Amino acid sequence: MKRLTILALFLWISFSGFSQNMEDLLDTQLLGESKPDYVTTAFKSVQLINGHTTKLPEKGDWVLLISHRFGPFNSGFSSFWGLDMATMRLGIEYGLTNTTSVGFGRSSYKANYDLYAKQLLLRQTNGDKSVPLTLGISGSANVSSAKWPDDGRTYLFAHRMSYSLQLLASRMFSRKLTLQLMPTFVHRNLVKTPEDHNDIYAIGAGGRMKVSNRVAITAEYHYLIPGQIANEYENPLSLGVDIETGGHVFQLFVTNTSAIYEAAYIPETTASWLKGEVRFGFNISRTF
Amino acid sequence: MRKIFFSIILLIGISVAGFGQKYFTRSGYVRFFSSTPIENIEAINNQGSCIVDLATGEVVSKLLMKSFVFEKTLMQEHFNENYVESDLYPQAVLKGKVLDVGSFDLSKKGSQAISLNADITIHGVTKNMDIKGTGENVEGKLQANATFILKPADFNIVIPKIVANNIAKEIEVTVKFTLEPLKQ
Repeated sequence: MKRLTILALFLWISFSGFSQNMEDLLDTQLLGESKPDYVTTAFKSVQLINGHTTKLPEKGDWVLLISHRFGPFNSGFSSFWGLDMATMRLGIEYGLTNTTSVGFGRSSYKANYDLYAKQLLLRQTNGDKSVPLTLGISGSANVSSAKWPDDGRTYLFAHRMSYSLQLLASRMFSRKLTLQLMPTFVHRNLVKTPEDHNDIYAIGAGGRMKVSNRVAITAEYHYLIPGQIANEYENPLSLGVDIETGGHVFQLFVTNTSAIYEAAYIPETTASWLKGEVRFGFNISRTF
Repeated sequence: MRKIFFSIILLIGISVAGFGQKYFTRSGYVRFFSSTPIENIEAINNQGSCIVDLATGEVVSKLLMKSFVFEKTLMQEHFNENYVESDLYPQAVLKGKVLDVGSFDLSKKGSQAISLNADITIHGVTKNMDIKGTGENVEGKLQANATFILKPADFNIVIPKIVANNIAKEIEVTVKFTLEPLKQ
């Protein structure tokens, strides 16, 4: 009889133990359910400040981009510290797939039309099959439709063309910090002076630091390997703020460049931060 | 003596098997719906997991926030990044008890009312709630349905002023779970 009591007690204990482990039971039932957990929140917008980010529009989404770069602050009261003048770009980017996008834009700088494509090769992923960074390439072809100067030279259509090719490597280090490297190659068919090379190599770096769920501080800099361009040109540096409000991302920043496509802002930035020739600019992006 | 011993084991065995009848799913349907004059927002999660013990009335349910699918991917991204912060709080968890488990009989035909008292944890905040639903035997499976209201504010989910008119203060949650007998 004693044995029976012990047995009954044992069964009772194991039974009550069971019901307490409902949660463990559920967790074991859940195992084996894992999809790749892609990091999709490394950037708020497809643009960092001037350049591209590794964020692409989702498949089938359109992103409308409206960008302005005003005149330099040090132009003074007569031009309202630069706000009287502006260069602009209107653009769209479309997500062909979640890893491929194409874009088209028109800048007032050199009356330029740009056509570009972005392709992600690797996506940063959390979890079992972890991937440490997002890797993409971006290429653009540009046509300037500006009138040629009346200087008696012969200009060909090919002289209107310029190109850029970029590697985009980003990593979201924490829920706040994302950094991106963008080694860039620019080719211009026509350059202004003999000191300017047709082929330009630069290394870009940038990133964002979130200060809240919807606001982030951003920075972007491109270092041109010396000896490729005339002395009058400067490396582009921009500092800004991203504000996301539902479907819109507002990017407000100060920068020393007035062009808004790679083949121009990388080799053709003339204003200098040290001389105070910085300007205010903004990008508005809207996803449809 | 042996006979008694054997029959008692058998009896306990049966009662445990009968008592410990557990039902589970990991493909439960959970939908939330926010309705305002400006826009309706709907998200569906088909990967709700749930286990119910009909002996004790215990219910545990878990849900990955990232598995909610929205009509617009951007909404889904904002939901995860800005509202429920699913990188910090990946799961929604419900732990509770069916209060009327004593009168609930799965061998009966038709739908029977169920009331559940549960702790719901979303966004790191736990709230105790009473939920009314139904349970029904559908071809040997336990079909459990419920609709209830959750308030984002209760779970410390902040909705900025700029979109305050687009997101309802009360979110309707619909749950449809088809729970299968759990073989152990």
